[in-house]
Amino acid sequence: MKLIMAIIKPFKLDDVREALTPLGVQGLTVSEVKGFGRQKGQTEIYRGAEYHVNFLPKVKIEVAVASDLAEQVVEAIMKAAHTGKIGDGKIFVMDIGRAVRIRTGELDGEAL
Amino acid sequence: MTAAKEILDAMKTHFARAAKAALFAAPVLLLQLAPAFADDAPAAAPKLDSGDTAWMLASTALVLMMTIPGLALFYAGMVRKKNVLATMMQSFMITCLVTIVWMICGYSLAFTTGGAYIGDLSRFFLGGFGDGWDQAFTLGAGSANPTVQTIPESVFMMYQMTFAIITPALIAGAFADRMKFSAMCIFIVLWSILVYSPIAHWVWSPIGFLGAGVFGLPGAADFAGGTVVHINAGIAGLICALVLGKRLGYGHDNMAPYNLALAVIGASLLWVGWFGFNAGSAVAANGRAGMAMTATQIATAAAALAWTFAEWAAKGKPSVLGAISGAVAGLVAITPASGFVLPGPALFIGIVAGVVCFWTATSMKHMFGYDDSLDCFGVHGIGGIVGALLTGVFAYGPFTATKDAPLGVNVGGLAQFEAQVVAVCVTLIWSGAVTFIILKVVDAIVGLRVTQEEEREGLDIVLHGEQLF
Repeated sequence: MKLIMAIIKPFKLDDVREALTPLGVQGLTVSEVKGFGRQKGQTEIYRGAEYHVNFLPKVKIEVAVASDLAEQVVEAIMKAAHTGKIGDGKIFVMDIGRAVRIRTGELDGEAL
Repeated sequence: MTAAKEILDAMKTHFARAAKAALFAAPVLLLQLAPAFADDAPAAAPKLDSGDTAWMLASTALVLMMTIPGLALFYAGMVRKKNVLATMMQSFMITCLVTIVWMICGYSLAFTTGGAYIGDLSRFFLGGFGDGWDQAFTLGAGSANPTVQTIPESVFMMYQMTFAIITPALIAGAFADRMKFSAMCIFIVLWSILVYSPIAHWVWSPIGFLGAGVFGLPGAADFAGGTVVHINAGIAGLICALVLGKRLGYGHDNMAPYNLALAVIGASLLWVGWFGFNAGSAVAANGRAGMAMTATQIATAAAALAWTFAEWAAKGKPSVLGAISGAVAGLVAITPASGFVLPGPALFIGIVAGVVCFWTATSMKHMFGYDDSLDCFGVHGIGGIVGALLTGVFAYGPFTATKDAPLGVNVGGLAQFEAQVVAVCVTLIWSGAVTFIILKVVDAIVGLRVTQEEEREGLDIVLHGEQLF
């Protein structure tokens, strides 16, 4: 089992979800986050007062899948979230030690 | 006996004839006398006009709406999240405090006849309001220059109260984010009595020394409060900003507005409410009110466009905050001029106000380094001065023509311009000096500013024990 965590541009969220559903992904978790990478920040001006905003809004997606599906999922996210411009985000893949479905108590593969 | 009866009959007939004659003659006689009587009388008894009264009742509500929720939202949208409630509370509490101050002595000092410098205390606690409550009000009654109105005194008092409320509420923009609540309450009460009431009397009482004219100049023309409200609040705000000092982290911390959508709603409510402010200042539902409304709309739109385009050219982007700031600058600048100027000059005043206030709020402030947090001085002070001076240039005579002055009491030109300069300077000096003294007194009593720690934490939780969400 793999946990795939992707930080993407907020407006790409729907594209990513649409790309993952046909692969058989049963669910995912979305959070609104802020951060910086190579894109750095942006400048805001209010009545002449300039503020450099270091943290830009991004969306974080977390999806847990069986190991054999992981590569396809990563590829699908990459394709769907791609604009080619700086700030497209990153994807991290981690191993999952255990998974439990709370309602039924099913474990691991059954729980995904 | 017969002779006596004849005499009696004759007398009866005679009296009957005389009575008849008198009955018919009396109205004729009265009619003949009436014009002569009217000429001798000082003036026909002032008459209430239900149309005028209705418009002034509506205007009063509109101007109150400018402070709550208009100004409250406008200011709250521009501060940081931790100070949103405290900022709205300032507008709300000032509304309540000034209402009571106005009832106790503010109205009496500003608008009873008194002398050239201050009214009297004949309306202390609104005493005497029960007499003549349904009669038309005469401003400056008993003086050499009474102004007969067509509305009851209660409506006039309430209308003026809403002006007395918004003026100190404007100052709150300068001390936002750092003044103690207790200090603010004391400051506002003293300021309303010692600064607002006298200046309102000087300019708007028919015998006030600025309204009547000094140094042989014509009376200062201030239709709806360029000097009394905006320059007054603006310079007081500047003094507050200087005495309190900058907000912690000013110049390096991010002080971006919490929610500009609130500020847009607030500015829009101000714009709508301002029709009550300016067109209502005609104190009648008449042609002058219509001209004031016309000038207000044109100048506001022009100033919003001017600020936006100036910012677009200078900074690269036309900002939302710039557009609404420009609109407020235009509203401020046309305030003294509305009711005195034609649509063309209103357009010009709007454009000048938009560009000048853009420069004062975005560049001049940073040049001098004072922290007028929400640009009370940059927009209201400077916009008020621009409007007051240009009123002296463009005042259209026929609006103020009377029997004694057929060309107009206030006519644009050098003399009127000089009168405006005098009124602006007097307001700047009195308001600036007395504001400074009041601040020092309040500082000695309770201290003006919250502690550094409290300021970092935010006024909402520290002063009011609440959070936005």
